[in-house]
Amino acid sequence: MALLSKKDTNLILDPLADNNPITIQVLGICSALAITAELKASVVMAISVLFVLGVGNVVISLLRNIIPAKIRIIVQLVVVAALVIIVDQVLKAFAYELSKTLSVFVGLIITNCIIMGRFEAFALGNGPWKSFLDGIGNALGYGVILVIVGFFRELLGSGTLFGFKVLGDPVAKTGLYALGYENNGFMIIPPAALIVVGIIIWVQRSKNRALIEEA
Amino acid sequence: MSVNTEKNSYTVVFAVLMVIVVGSLLAFLASALKPKVDENQRFEKQQNILYAMGVNDNEGEGSVNFVPTSEVESEFSKYIKEQLVIEGSEAKEKDNAYLIDMKKQLSTIKSGGNAELPLLIGEKDGKEYYIIPLYGKGLWDAIWGFMSVDENMVVQGVFFDHKGETPGLGANINQRFFMDDFVGESIMDGNSYAGIAVAKGNGDPLNENKDDNEVDALAGATITGNGVTAMIKDALKLYKPYLETIRKK
Repeated sequence: MALLSKKDTNLILDPLADNNPITIQVLGICSALAITAELKASVVMAISVLFVLGVGNVVISLLRNIIPAKIRIIVQLVVVAALVIIVDQVLKAFAYELSKTLSVFVGLIITNCIIMGRFEAFALGNGPWKSFLDGIGNALGYGVILVIVGFFRELLGSGTLFGFKVLGDPVAKTGLYALGYENNGFMIIPPAALIVVGIIIWVQRSKNRALIEEA
Repeated sequence: MSVNTEKNSYTVVFAVLMVIVVGSLLAFLASALKPKVDENQRFEKQQNILYAMGVNDNEGEGSVNFVPTSEVESEFSKYIKEQLVIEGSEAKEKDNAYLIDMKKQLSTIKSGGNAELPLLIGEKDGKEYYIIPLYGKGLWDAIWGFMSVDENMVVQGVFFDHKGETPGLGANINQRFFMDDFVGESIMDGNSYAGIAVAKGNGDPLNENKDDNEVDALAGATITGNGVTAMIKDALKLYKPYLETIRKK
């Protein structure tokens, strides 16, 4: 017997492409705009969302039969907030360097619509294992877009990747800069992320016509 | 027996239990991890101070590398000779003066109280470094750092950090290409303490002119840059009486 049934596999694979939380459901855009100026921040954010959404979905799924419907949103918020604080504290104690990069963005996880969306739409109605897979899938779908956007913004905006100068030195004019290339300052401001996300949406829909809504 | 989750009493009990469980879980976690976190913060401060006096592991152009955490304590006691607390032009020795919280001291000064201003004296290769802590505000939140000067009031090194400046823009104040520009700049203009301004369009992107009290600004981070300028000016105002006593005329 395979570890994952076909249905389970789809829970992970769907959000990566055809049901991507950012490009198809258009959720979590705000954090995608705010933090993708550097690739490292994108990766760190993706990993933390992976943890929060994976564990959070399981917790909500386990509690789904005893959560009072009237205060379910508050319960969900408390779960996200608690998980985010745990991530932050553990990082501060055991990976201090990383926690400094992360601390600005940790708060953004709480306001991430993808997380509340998955709690509400999936975990409240499904078992823990399925919810876990759904959480992992959606967090990966979110992370993939974040990394793609971060890659282009850091490369074109600063000429670096993970802080390494890949296009040469802009001040000493080496590499591409010797040929007259200039860093595109527009890429490091948030609106550029909107354009990159827009281009990803465009490419994705032109590859898969089924995603285009009827006018 | 199934519980009626619709009842008001159930909702209230659930909410109260949830708050107690989550609250005590987080409180337990925070207090369990506190010693570790405090230690990390202390090491970080030591690393920053050593960085500002040029004791670091930087290799190549882009890297900001500190003395490794495992060695920082011994390196710190090796290089930092004296820890002082400044009152006007007087200085008293004080253990662990570097742990004094500048934010608190500055608000004490604002409300007219007597503040303890820490100043560290480091020694490397027979040369003395006077290390001044800095604290100010950037665009979104606090910025801080350390600046080391020699007895001619020429900057020997700086370290800046921030809490929440925009990544890729203001956040770059802790990058080498920005911090290295300060080295060699004088904080004096003639006989007055001018500080160092983060200036836009000063026509000196490589910062070859070390006598203009200016370094090149970060593109797209005007307010953070102004914050750095103000932070240095404010610190000099406080430390001036003492700096006067060590300055070589």
